[in-house]
Amino acid sequence: MQPFSDLAFGLSVALQPENVVYSILGCIIGTIVGVLPGIGPIAAVSLLLPGTFGLDATKGVILLGGVYYGAMYGGSTTSILMRIPGEAASVVTCLDGYAMAQKGRAGPALMIAAVGSFVAGTIAVVGLMFLTPALARLALRFGPPEYAALLILGFVVIGYMSGGSMLKSLLMAALGLTLGTIGIDMSGHQRFTYGIAELGDGIGVVPVAVGLFGLSEILATAGRKAPPKVFAARLRDLPPSKEEWRASVGPIARGTVLGFLIGAVPGPGHIISSFVSYALERRLSSHPERFGQGAIEGVAGPESANNAAAESAFAPMLALGIPSNAIMAIMMAAMMIHGVAPGPMLVREHPEVFWGFIASMYVGNLVLLILNLPLVGLFANLLRIPYRVLYPLVVAFCVLGVYAVNGSPFEVWIMLVMGLAGYALRKLGYEPAPLVIGLVLAPIFEMSLRQSLILSGGSYTIFLQRPLAASLLGLVGALLILALASLIRRLRTAGPGPVA
Amino acid sequence: MVGAKGWSVVRVFFGTADRASGLILVLFGIAVLWESRAFPLGTLGRPGPAFLPVVLAGVLVGLALLVLVFGRRSPRLRSLEWSEAGHVAAILSGCGFAALALERLGYRLTMIVVLAFLLGVVERSRPAVMVSIAVGFALVSYWVFRRLGVLLPEGPFGF
Repeated sequence: MQPFSDLAFGLSVALQPENVVYSILGCIIGTIVGVLPGIGPIAAVSLLLPGTFGLDATKGVILLGGVYYGAMYGGSTTSILMRIPGEAASVVTCLDGYAMAQKGRAGPALMIAAVGSFVAGTIAVVGLMFLTPALARLALRFGPPEYAALLILGFVVIGYMSGGSMLKSLLMAALGLTLGTIGIDMSGHQRFTYGIAELGDGIGVVPVAVGLFGLSEILATAGRKAPPKVFAARLRDLPPSKEEWRASVGPIARGTVLGFLIGAVPGPGHIISSFVSYALERRLSSHPERFGQGAIEGVAGPESANNAAAESAFAPMLALGIPSNAIMAIMMAAMMIHGVAPGPMLVREHPEVFWGFIASMYVGNLVLLILNLPLVGLFANLLRIPYRVLYPLVVAFCVLGVYAVNGSPFEVWIMLVMGLAGYALRKLGYEPAPLVIGLVLAPIFEMSLRQSLILSGGSYTIFLQRPLAASLLGLVGALLILALASLIRRLRTAGPGPVA
Repeated sequence: MVGAKGWSVVRVFFGTADRASGLILVLFGIAVLWESRAFPLGTLGRPGPAFLPVVLAGVLVGLALLVLVFGRRSPRLRSLEWSEAGHVAAILSGCGFAALALERLGYRLTMIVVLAFLLGVVERSRPAVMVSIAVGFALVSYWVFRRLGVLLPEGPFGF
């Protein structure tokens, strides 16, 4: 079968000693990032980007991919041992993971989280292996109108799937798209550059992402008090009981399927899938009252779901060139910096990057399982670093990472402004992820929209005359109607909370 | 002229998180529309460089107006927690200094100053801790990034 021979080729790339080293390095950095509060995977991948400039595209993507799914693994450690989620997808693991730690069962919680993540991650890669080339073949039939419609659908789905207000998510996406119009346009005009040479190529995604996700997190948390108690976790305490293994099998399987499906849809799939999995397990349980009190199903399901989702999220980015969340936007920007354009032609033009990366996920999942369990005590000890020492280092690393991308102090200023903006957005209840996605997608969106209008001689009906574009816009309409209905319902029964 | 009572009404009206942010984004959208006059709009059949910014600014203003209109029930700005404002100012000052000094003082010296400020002045760490972390980070990160092929600026003293 073709996918398996392609995978064998990918494994021959991923198993080259240097690539294995970069995969291990990425997984270690990612786990540390996931464990430490204050810097999430988005900022970490952005900051490491300049470190990959000296590498070829395959090694660069393998390293950054390792950081991403390493952070997904590592996030569970702080949730279970401290009740502090290392990253957003691990929030739900706090509920039962920490309760298990309080009962002296931190070890089994950590082991089930690691095994569930490994199983889900590995199965998700198999799914990704079949889904991505199929999606890419479909996307080859896309013209500019279909791409424009698909991007509009992507933004609306991200808004619809976001936990907060859809209106605010769309507003952030529009703001990101607007910022993305800065620089030289497709006809060679300088837009909104005001004579600043650095703006000629537009606002870079790295200073924006580091500002919005890295620096703003530090600004919001720097003044806080000492973290709570850390529960100890020793290697000999890790194995779960037979009963705990048995109780975890179903949640891991269901979490894997749920996570894979939700992750492939635009939006914060890895976060949503963990909540959906938790709700499902609670509903299916014959003792739902145990949830929140230390039920192992409440750890197994969500941890499997968020790891499966983290990997299936690569499908739309690799196959269509459309990132489904902020971290995929950064990964896409990273690939483009290395001269590899994600999209339908990726598999054909850069098979070594595509299949090498897919195969490296298998390697990475195994590395994480081997690393995470024996070294859990070591990673947990990182949590003992006082935050007042940690955050200045993160700030320094933000400055270093952003400067190193282009060797431009101007980008440090952009990071500073974006950090302040991200801090304000956080306070005012806005989610910054759609802004980053809008910024990355603005050039593609503009080109698709303008080419569509040129093709049709200025008629918007081109979007309705082509069946695929019309279907995608039909979905946009349906989602907007659903959202409007929900808003009207909330206005009629409005309580004291915000409506927008 | 708007009297004191008028200002007070405006302050109360825009005193919620959604209304204040909605107003800022409406003004931002209008500014984009205004600045877009500088380049050709084109026609529908041949859209110019101002086409997308104008469309997006329109969408931005429309959505921001909706946030503003429905923002009455959002939390009041005064009720939000701003206790970390001192840290925010200090961290941003450190970043601003770094942006100004990186190519004048060089990477290592700039980082030592920024970290010494944040660790020593803001967090009042012990001098030995402050010096070892600041100097250690600056030297190790410089060495690692050079090994990775990323050139970081050197100062006037070759440091």
